[in-house]
Amino acid sequence: MTFDLSIPSQLMQALTPDLALMGGAMVLMLVAAWRPDSDRHQRLVGYGSIGVLLVTLVLVLWFGARGLSSGSGVIAVDGFRFAADALFILAALGAVALGIEYNGREGIWSAESHVLVLFATSGMMIMAAARDLMIVFLGIEMMSIAVYVLAGMNRRSPRSAEAALKYFLLGAFSTGFLLYGIALVYGATGSTNLTTISDHIVQYQLGHQSMLLMGVGLLLVGFGFKVAAVPFHMWAPDVYEGAPTPITAYMAAAVKAAAFAAFLRVWRESFDLLDFAWLVPLWWIAAATMVYGNVVALAQRNVKRMLAYSSIVHSGYLLVAIAAGTNSGSAAFLFYLLAYTLATFGAFAVVCAMSRTGDRDLEISDYEGLWRVRPGLAIGMAVCMLALLGFPVFGGAGFWAKVYVLAAAEATPFRHLVPLTVLLVLASVISAGYYLQVVRVMFMKPRPDGAQDPAPMGTLTRVVLAVSVVLVLLVGLVPSRVVGWARDNQPAPPKSLGAPSATKAP
Amino acid sequence: MNDLLTTLNYNAWILPVLLLLPMAGAAAVWLHGRLSPSATPEQAAGTTRQLRRIVFAIFVVEAVLSLGLWWSVDTTSTAWQAYYSRPWIPMWGMHVTLGIDGISLMLILLTTLIMPLAVLGGWTSVREKLHAYFALLMVLTTGMLGVFMSLDLMLFFVMWELMLVPMYLIIGIWGGQRRLYASLKFFIYTMLGSMPMLVAILYIGVRTGDPFGRPSFSYDWILAHATFNGPTTLWLFAAFFVAFAVKVPIWPFHTWLPDAHVEAPTAGSVVLASIMLKVGTFGFLRFAVPLFPGVASYPPVRFAILTLAVIGIVYGALVAMVQPDFKKLVAYSSVSHLGFVMLGIFAMTVQSVQGALFVNLAHGVSTGALFLLVGMMYERRHSRLLDDYGGIAKVMPVFATILTIVSFSSIGVPGTNGFVGEFLVLVGSFRTQPIFALIASTAVIFAAAYLLWALQRIIYNPLTKPENKILPDLNWREIGLLLPLLFAIVWLGVYPAPVLDRTREAAARFVHRVEASSLNLGLGPNVEIR
Repeated sequence: MTFDLSIPSQLMQALTPDLALMGGAMVLMLVAAWRPDSDRHQRLVGYGSIGVLLVTLVLVLWFGARGLSSGSGVIAVDGFRFAADALFILAALGAVALGIEYNGREGIWSAESHVLVLFATSGMMIMAAARDLMIVFLGIEMMSIAVYVLAGMNRRSPRSAEAALKYFLLGAFSTGFLLYGIALVYGATGSTNLTTISDHIVQYQLGHQSMLLMGVGLLLVGFGFKVAAVPFHMWAPDVYEGAPTPITAYMAAAVKAAAFAAFLRVWRESFDLLDFAWLVPLWWIAAATMVYGNVVALAQRNVKRMLAYSSIVHSGYLLVAIAAGTNSGSAAFLFYLLAYTLATFGAFAVVCAMSRTGDRDLEISDYEGLWRVRPGLAIGMAVCMLALLGFPVFGGAGFWAKVYVLAAAEATPFRHLVPLTVLLVLASVISAGYYLQVVRVMFMKPRPDGAQDPAPMGTLTRVVLAVSVVLVLLVGLVPSRVVGWARDNQPAPPKSLGAPSATKAP
Repeated sequence: MNDLLTTLNYNAWILPVLLLLPMAGAAAVWLHGRLSPSATPEQAAGTTRQLRRIVFAIFVVEAVLSLGLWWSVDTTSTAWQAYYSRPWIPMWGMHVTLGIDGISLMLILLTTLIMPLAVLGGWTSVREKLHAYFALLMVLTTGMLGVFMSLDLMLFFVMWELMLVPMYLIIGIWGGQRRLYASLKFFIYTMLGSMPMLVAILYIGVRTGDPFGRPSFSYDWILAHATFNGPTTLWLFAAFFVAFAVKVPIWPFHTWLPDAHVEAPTAGSVVLASIMLKVGTFGFLRFAVPLFPGVASYPPVRFAILTLAVIGIVYGALVAMVQPDFKKLVAYSSVSHLGFVMLGIFAMTVQSVQGALFVNLAHGVSTGALFLLVGMMYERRHSRLLDDYGGIAKVMPVFATILTIVSFSSIGVPGTNGFVGEFLVLVGSFRTQPIFALIASTAVIFAAAYLLWALQRIIYNPLTKPENKILPDLNWREIGLLLPLLFAIVWLGVYPAPVLDRTREAAARFVHRVEASSLNLGLGPNVEIR
């Protein structure tokens, strides 16, 4: 079915999953405010959020399976949007599930924390759908403001407050770049609609116009901030370390994924022809991100900080898929995001299970000898580490994700992406240094005398870990279905609505 | 025998079964660990006994099943034997394609026959976390067999990496004093080597493509259809070269080897030396050279590789001579022996390639046996230093006899397996590369020097140290596990014809392929000049 977005009712239909999530979030916000904060109430709202997310997930999958499309307008209706939505919802489910037990332990009884995750997710879904720079901006703001609050959710922790403030200041700063970029692009092309922008670039031969190129450059910087690419990454480690652990996982997986989804669509749909201008900067940003992130991650002793730098590194890998700029590039991007989201949530579930009240026991050395006391946790963590490393079989999906990105980059006509792939694999060898450090500490060192056993795992944390690990391994063994899913969900250009609209407008 | 195998339709199912059996075994071992009681020490001891028997039985079944290949494989045929293929990720052109020829047949049999012996050799030395240990050993077996069988480049890569993690954990968890360092070094070296190979494999697959416009990773298809220009093949060859050179190991990529071999537990050392070193030379024989015959026979490249091989031969022997630690001595002797294999491969005469294949086999048997013997020494005396021994022949006569025979085979005394391979390599390479062959032949003398000197210090010198006077001789388990190896040493040394017959065709095809394309830098003889 093809939606004509100029008709309000059809526009509403095209936005059904987003509206369902927002509506559910608003109801839950009221529920959250209904009673004074307590652990019980926080749990109730948490389970409600999981319910809303599951309903939205079903809707998204249903919409994705129907092969919908749309005419030109401010939002896109295509497989890419729904596939990305499904990933955001997956991450949100993980964040809420981990959050319910984490908040209970840390005494964060404000039930709004779960609802804010829902709002942030709806912002992300808007970003994945946006086919207009203004809608991209709207989605980014919806998401970011919710996440600023989430980062500072633990009001008793000064680190959490620091994280929130830093994130807010740098987030606002980067939004400035984005907005200025949007303004310049609008000034040069006369439109904020992605399709119209690319049409005008061709039609009026704006390829070498300096205002447009400056706008594209500023957009690149803005997106670079949002995905934490070097040299725009400085906020990430502090924010990831200070934020409550489930929110860190959510930021590392979903917030970044959303920024990438918007980035990819804007680049594919508007600036595909300007590759002569952005490919070289993007090449260098990707290269710097991979190398710098890996080298600095080697020096980290805190698990959350290590994972923060690892997430910077993975931004670098994803930028390679963006730089490929082809259909297989965006398919590789979806596959990579799936594998990365699963592995990240598995790893953070272990971090949640290992840490004690007040976010203690987060040093890598606290994991010494874990295998001997908690083999399940250790094996789960090892699988996630190997998946992030991109190792076959034991790291399951992570390997195919890397293969997909490499193959996509090598299949492009740009020959200079081949050195970038070599750099990617060499960088991943460096990353073995810190991912294996965790494996090594868990399996090869004895448990230190007097080390407390980790507290028993909550059911939800256990479920998140088990689902992530099983999916990582399963996709690793039989990836073909997921490859098909990633390949079939491309950003599709709007369809011209020729005959039907002509009859409507006599 | 052949009739029996044909009625069983043996060739149709044997390769996937050989691959899956250890995997299933790993799962069974894991289940056993979950289900068996281990509350009291008696129960735990019973569980351990039972577990060891189960594991040994699985490896014996695997070995017996694989033996049929000796008869069923027609090594004179140009078609792949025991061929098996099914789609894996069809849209990426990746298939589970398995098949063997004369080159891989010997290595597969070596693997399946060494594994039960390695388990027996580590029967009592590994005591903690046995279930995990055996499960990893089984996964490792699948990986090694998979490398030898794969006819799909991506499957090959996955199997190649599948070997890495189990060995990393085996060294790191059950290894000696410096196990953390050795295991990480082993992992990083191997991964650093294999990552460029991944890029190269993907590049070949993506740029070749099958008739349906999909990438193709099928070995046969790529061999016949890939076309790349000169500089590209050079880069691709370099990527494969580094991956295999680390594994062989060729000097100067060898520094992980002494650490890993010395720190690994006995079974780990045996597997590393007997089998895992062979995947490197096998990689050259199966992939690096046939895919890029033009590069491999390009004189400067060939000269450089031969130089490194010969440096490795002499360097390994000289460094082995000054080692105070017997396990390290054996480890360095591997560097020297594998140099012979590389010399044989890149001398590129039928004789030398056959010799290289034979050295592979002989080294697997005799170095495996040496590591087992070192393990037995260490279990009794808890020292590997040569100077801590002396006069052992008086207290352990059986051990001394066997150690002498195995050392002779490693030196390459005529009548043992070591002689046949090195002799063939030297004779074969003397025809095309006389100077390299001449230098390499000196290493035979060095080998005699370091091993005989070590023998003297261990088993002959006067028995002065009181600790050594009470050492018990080998028990029946140890004698039993060494007997097959002794039999192989003598059999291969006296009557190598069955093995040579089975490798001749494969070696001849290999050499022919290189000669046919030595004129262009293209990917293969089928490259059209456009």
